[in-house]
Amino acid sequence: MYRINIIGSGLAGLSAAITLAENSVACNLISLQNSERAQSVLAEGGINGALNTMGEDDNTENHFNDTMKGGVYLSDPNAVDGLTKNAPQIIRWLESLGVPFNTSGGEIILRNFGGQKKKRTAYARSSTGKIIMSAVIDEARKYEACGLIKRYCHHEFVKLLIENNVCVGALIRDRYSGKFAEFKGTVILACGGMNGIFPGMTTGTTQNSGDAACTVFAQGVEFGNLEMLQYHPTTIGISGKRCLVTEAARGEGGRLYIERNGDKWYFMEEKYPELKNLMPRDVVAREMFFVRRQPECGNTVYLDMTGLSESTWKNKLSDLREEIIHYLSTDPKTDPIPIKEGIHYFMGGINTNECHQTNVQNLYAAGECTCQYHGANRLGGNSMLGALYGGRKAALTILNISKKDDKFIDKSPDFKVLHEPFAEEASPIVIQKISEALLLGLGIVRNQKNLDYSLKKLCDVEKNNNLNLREKNRIFLAKAMIISALGRKESRGAHYREDYPNRDESFQKTSAVRFNNGEIDLKYRDIPERRISANENQA
Amino acid sequence: MKIKLDILRLENSESEPYRQCVVFETDDENATVATALTEINNKGNYKDENGKTVAPIHWECSCLQKKCGACAMVINNKPQLACNARLKLYEKKGIVTVEPLKKFPVIADLAADRSIIFENLKTMKIWLESQTKVDECVSESVYDASRCLQCGCCLEVCPNFYVGSDFFGMSGTVSASKIISSAGGEQKKEIAAAYKKHSYNGCGKSLACRDVCPAGIDVERLLVNSNAAAVWGRKIGKKNKKA
Repeated sequence: MYRINIIGSGLAGLSAAITLAENSVACNLISLQNSERAQSVLAEGGINGALNTMGEDDNTENHFNDTMKGGVYLSDPNAVDGLTKNAPQIIRWLESLGVPFNTSGGEIILRNFGGQKKKRTAYARSSTGKIIMSAVIDEARKYEACGLIKRYCHHEFVKLLIENNVCVGALIRDRYSGKFAEFKGTVILACGGMNGIFPGMTTGTTQNSGDAACTVFAQGVEFGNLEMLQYHPTTIGISGKRCLVTEAARGEGGRLYIERNGDKWYFMEEKYPELKNLMPRDVVAREMFFVRRQPECGNTVYLDMTGLSESTWKNKLSDLREEIIHYLSTDPKTDPIPIKEGIHYFMGGINTNECHQTNVQNLYAAGECTCQYHGANRLGGNSMLGALYGGRKAALTILNISKKDDKFIDKSPDFKVLHEPFAEEASPIVIQKISEALLLGLGIVRNQKNLDYSLKKLCDVEKNNNLNLREKNRIFLAKAMIISALGRKESRGAHYREDYPNRDESFQKTSAVRFNNGEIDLKYRDIPERRISANENQA
Repeated sequence: MKIKLDILRLENSESEPYRQCVVFETDDENATVATALTEINNKGNYKDENGKTVAPIHWECSCLQKKCGACAMVINNKPQLACNARLKLYEKKGIVTVEPLKKFPVIADLAADRSIIFENLKTMKIWLESQTKVDECVSESVYDASRCLQCGCCLEVCPNFYVGSDFFGMSGTVSASKIISSAGGEQKKEIAAAYKKHSYNGCGKSLACRDVCPAGIDVERLLVNSNAAAVWGRKIGKKNKKA
């Protein structure tokens, strides 16, 4: 057996690498930049797990139910079962790695987050992702030092090496030298969300260009629920991107309002008296869209955090306050801030089973690049959990099926100059055209007419004869997104069709797309029944 | 806003560096050097002040909100993050110089190879050998240290750091402070020894690093705490918190 090749060194990739290393299996950790530059460091609000430290009688079954309900029952219940059952232990593991979670009397404090009735979100003030990454990177470093994890930073995934539907490795390019090498062996894709499909419109990183997703899609890897884009309700526009205002702002008491006939209307509190401002993100984003459309209302929704206490700002949201002052020149402690929805998370992605296997043998996927845990809408606090658990689960699957007597071959890849055409990047102009075409159809509120128009626009871009391979692949994936959204003739989670405003139980299925001989095939796959067994899924 | 970017260009590590001046115009009041670099590259046919097409400018970026450290470079003679360098600050002068970090081997243009930072952390054994829970009394300083971007700005201004030296600079010191705060048993001694060798002995206490950290880490406090614990054998905790 060769080293396992992990593409991406964010939280999911690191988790897979550490799990393999803990079991003495070697891997290559391949990424464009160091882990410090991964999008995982941007996660702010926290990580969910039913630790039940707040005297609210919480348990993992509640977490399971909230996650399934939040995702409007499109997730694989057995996968979510594993995710939620393992969540407390994952948070304890992070704590043991030295993550300074906010605590009281030595016990982890949990905060409220959207779509959850109990306090379940552990946090390190408002930079939880960065702080968790710091500890997990340290842990991975321990295994780098003994050679079990071998890092290839500044290395780019070019394509999968597939023979007879078996993944036999990946082609990798050293961005510093420009040379290429074949990395033989099993591949775990942990390449993150597809932000670069919508440049400047998401809260993610520019490093997540979406190229890896586009490439593997064109290579025949099945994707699921591509129509499910999460618009985060509270983002602010900064130069070149949307900047997230963490959900913790509302978890700690922030309130949304819009001006109606000159008065502040706290619409979420009026419409949803139970969870109020902490309804799942899809609901909040949609309500914001609708209230802005009302003639008696203003054009801007505000986030009012003026009621938060001094200690909340100091101990829980210090970084957030600094960030808002920096970007908006407004102190959220004294003044409400204008906010707007922004694309934040891709619930859709590579379709895997609960063991994180794809439709290509020896190819696994974990983290935001998959569509595993979050169904039609992800709950805040479940993304880091999904990345950590998913990476671990993918690694454990590999460990379970690999033969114990398999001889380990540790051969360093041989980097060479490639003597065939290679598109170094997709043209920013083509990327922009594709993004604009997609946004015509994939807004918060969708309909057949706009989606048809969006598809037509994509076909127009495709007519250009000078497209390089990256650009062509990007159009294929973009079309698959629209085809998925056209196909789902119902409203569910992040996918709201004003022409089909109701949920249709016949669509409680994964929309699965594949690229097949130049055509995009859309199928609906049944969601498995939940198995009932007490101690299963303890990873 | 109209501003001239005076960029130090280098095609690759073997070619001759040259300067290229590009006039950038924008309506975006909050535009940064990162905005300018992105737009110049995206436009494809941007011309410099001599009418020559600007070849794609190599630089590294990722989060664009000063949380990942990728885009560290020397702007107006100060190491900083391109995504945090607002052009408005240089509007009056009308020109801003943009250069790569110089302490590290330059790959091309504004992209420098900072892998030594990470190699040094490995040499210093920045990890916890055994599972530990962070003590509440050091939680705040561990949090602060965990915010380090490993961007290299502190090393760029450090008069004592150079690639290949035994002194690893503030990025090593800050990372070590986490481990010093949390490690137990044998590792406590090991990390103290590594700290002395790679942090304490080489640090001239100029604290030039204090003023450039893009994450605003209180490096002085972490340094004082770590010196106390690793060099003088004092316990980090409430007593040192006020240091």
